[in-house]
Amino acid sequence: MTNTEAAVDLTLLDETLAEYAGVKGSLISILQKTQEIYGYIPPDAVYYISERTGDSPAKIMGVATFYSQFRFQAVGKYLIMLCKGTACYVNGAETILDAISDELGIGNNETTPDGLFSLSVVSCLGCCSLAPVMMINDKTYGSLTTDKARQILRDLRKEAENA
Amino acid sequence: MKARIVVGEGSCGLAAGAAAVYDALKTALNPGKASLGITGCVGACFLEPIVDIYDEKGGLHRCVHVGAENAEAIARAAETGDYAAIADILIRPEDEKFLTRQTRIALRHCGIVDPESLEDYVAAGGYSALKKALTEMTPESVIEEIKVSGLAGRGGAGFPTWFKWDAARKSAGEEKYLICNADEGDPGAFMDRAVIESDPHNLIEGMMIGAYAIGAIEAIVYVRAEYPLAIVRLREAIRQAREKGYVGKNILGTGFSCDIRIKAGAGAFVCGEETALIESLEGNRGMPRLKPPFPAAEGYWHKPSNINNVETFANVSWIIENGGPAFAAMGTENSKGTKVFAVTGKVKRGGLVEIPMGMTLRDVIFDIAGGIREDKKFKAVQLGGPSGGCIPEKLLDTVIDYKSLTATGAIMGSGGMVVMDETTCMVGVAKFFLEFTTRESCGKCVHCRLGTKRLGEILTRIVEGKGREGDVELLEELCTTVKDGALCGLGQSAPNPVLTTIRYFREEYDAHIRDKKCPAKSCSALLTYSIDKEKCIGCSSCARKCPAKAISGEVKHPFEIDSKLCIRCGACKNTCRFGAVTVE
Repeated sequence: MTNTEAAVDLTLLDETLAEYAGVKGSLISILQKTQEIYGYIPPDAVYYISERTGDSPAKIMGVATFYSQFRFQAVGKYLIMLCKGTACYVNGAETILDAISDELGIGNNETTPDGLFSLSVVSCLGCCSLAPVMMINDKTYGSLTTDKARQILRDLRKEAENA
Repeated sequence: MKARIVVGEGSCGLAAGAAAVYDALKTALNPGKASLGITGCVGACFLEPIVDIYDEKGGLHRCVHVGAENAEAIARAAETGDYAAIADILIRPEDEKFLTRQTRIALRHCGIVDPESLEDYVAAGGYSALKKALTEMTPESVIEEIKVSGLAGRGGAGFPTWFKWDAARKSAGEEKYLICNADEGDPGAFMDRAVIESDPHNLIEGMMIGAYAIGAIEAIVYVRAEYPLAIVRLREAIRQAREKGYVGKNILGTGFSCDIRIKAGAGAFVCGEETALIESLEGNRGMPRLKPPFPAAEGYWHKPSNINNVETFANVSWIIENGGPAFAAMGTENSKGTKVFAVTGKVKRGGLVEIPMGMTLRDVIFDIAGGIREDKKFKAVQLGGPSGGCIPEKLLDTVIDYKSLTATGAIMGSGGMVVMDETTCMVGVAKFFLEFTTRESCGKCVHCRLGTKRLGEILTRIVEGKGREGDVELLEELCTTVKDGALCGLGQSAPNPVLTTIRYFREEYDAHIRDKKCPAKSCSALLTYSIDKEKCIGCSSCARKCPAKAISGEVKHPFEIDSKLCIRCGACKNTCRFGAVTVE
């Protein structure tokens, strides 16, 4: 693991580690807090957690890479989670994915060069009656059409530009 | 009593715009004339956002598809008692059937009580079952009551709940755990999310009764990270219940103590398997353990543990309150009580449907859910998610119980019911599920890790028109191997979507392999686009839209598609306003 990015402030983890480092079985909770703080799991944080918990970096990375929630690269301001559950699949989630990719010029697990949008295809958001569905930063958008999806992204872009 | 306005704020309602409706109502209402509150999800997702008005006499006026622009009219109606002005947004009688044909036990408070209010839950009779269990019953008699009820695991396996409780109770040791599996991973199922978001205290009450029965010192709810609202509501409900003494030390002054906490999952389908879930709770990769020992003997931290699904717990307080025989009176010989289904896909009325076991699939899909959208032709219903199977029209009169559904090759599963019409390709569906299980396989055993991968590859070549004679037989052979060789339920059931689609829709496989055709016109590699010369007016809009520049022609004369250049994206068909683009 080589770190080519700017160094992250590891002291932000101290509070979390003080709470959890001694509690057995709390590695996933520590990783979730880490991602909450940095938006992803920075390599330096893995070594830092290792020092404080005694778990080897290999064990920590083993756990982190097992779960789909954890990311290893910074994400954009808006994280688009496009649902590809069964109901969404049957109702045309593929065409929505194509429209989003075309609109933003990125594929699954990629981020736009301006750092505004990241796209992640997920298994099921549990809003199946509103299929096809996507969630952007905890807000759910349902009954999508390709035009509606494009419009939502354009509105968010405008919102970000005006902010 | 003043009229009361209640806005349905489950995830579906909020996604449909319920928050804006609530804000508009708050502005529109005159203080003191009518009250405003929230509730969870009533399960009629196709009608969201829903606003209920309870008039002075307690009568219900249900408004559907409400927008912020309706707030003024709703507020006036509630204040004056004159509902004529909102007649056009009141629920239609045929849509009401979606709810009146149901029998609700697990969902009985959903869409009625305020999920953020303990007082509301208590007023609806909540926590009286916990009190009854702790003060009038022994742990053994609680287990006996559950045994009489016939309650079986609603997460998919259908294992008798009392048996697991009894085994955990009888296991040696003082340190025991009760775990709720709320890692609802089956794509297409969302009843557990609805219960937690809409009626979190019912889950807590069911878990505390279970904890008393087995003698647990701690209860843990393992919730999917993808359900942020459920986690927020459950956390608040636990805080309230602890404050009022329904959870924690010396519950209701009886001397029984058990605390409860939430553990957020991190996104892994296999963690729905109970031993994988335990591994994850311990902070490890969620890989299943060998059984035996079963969790009842050696579970969380190798202590006796009992794991049940959310819906299972949601039935418990009702059973204790009304008695096991009342629950057992519903259902069929081998399956008692009710089951919740998440009916989605191409139906007219999608949402949560709780019915007594013994109804037929046809009753649910055509009577309750209203049949197929745009009156297209029903093709199949997918039951049980990636572990389940596709059931064809000829089996629609199958009775819903564990035994009958298993006989079709599908399973009851957690209750996902995705309805498909003639436009869905069954080979494509099988490939969709195999891609899912390949991605979610934990990699521990070869049969699952490589078997699902190879199955997916064969299915991919079939939908791409590169299928070979003998591929179906190869799929069948490989399916059997994976089923026999996999360690846990994920691998053992992963072949089900392939096997059932071969069993009931063999002709679609043959059409892909032999004729290089997709009967559902869904597999893009097997389609040919052309322009109907009679219908084309030569407007050139398709040619301008075509990303491959495969369409050419002269304005005001019929255009043509060069099939060698065509990438089969369908942009021309979507653009043409004259229906001149045909697909074969």
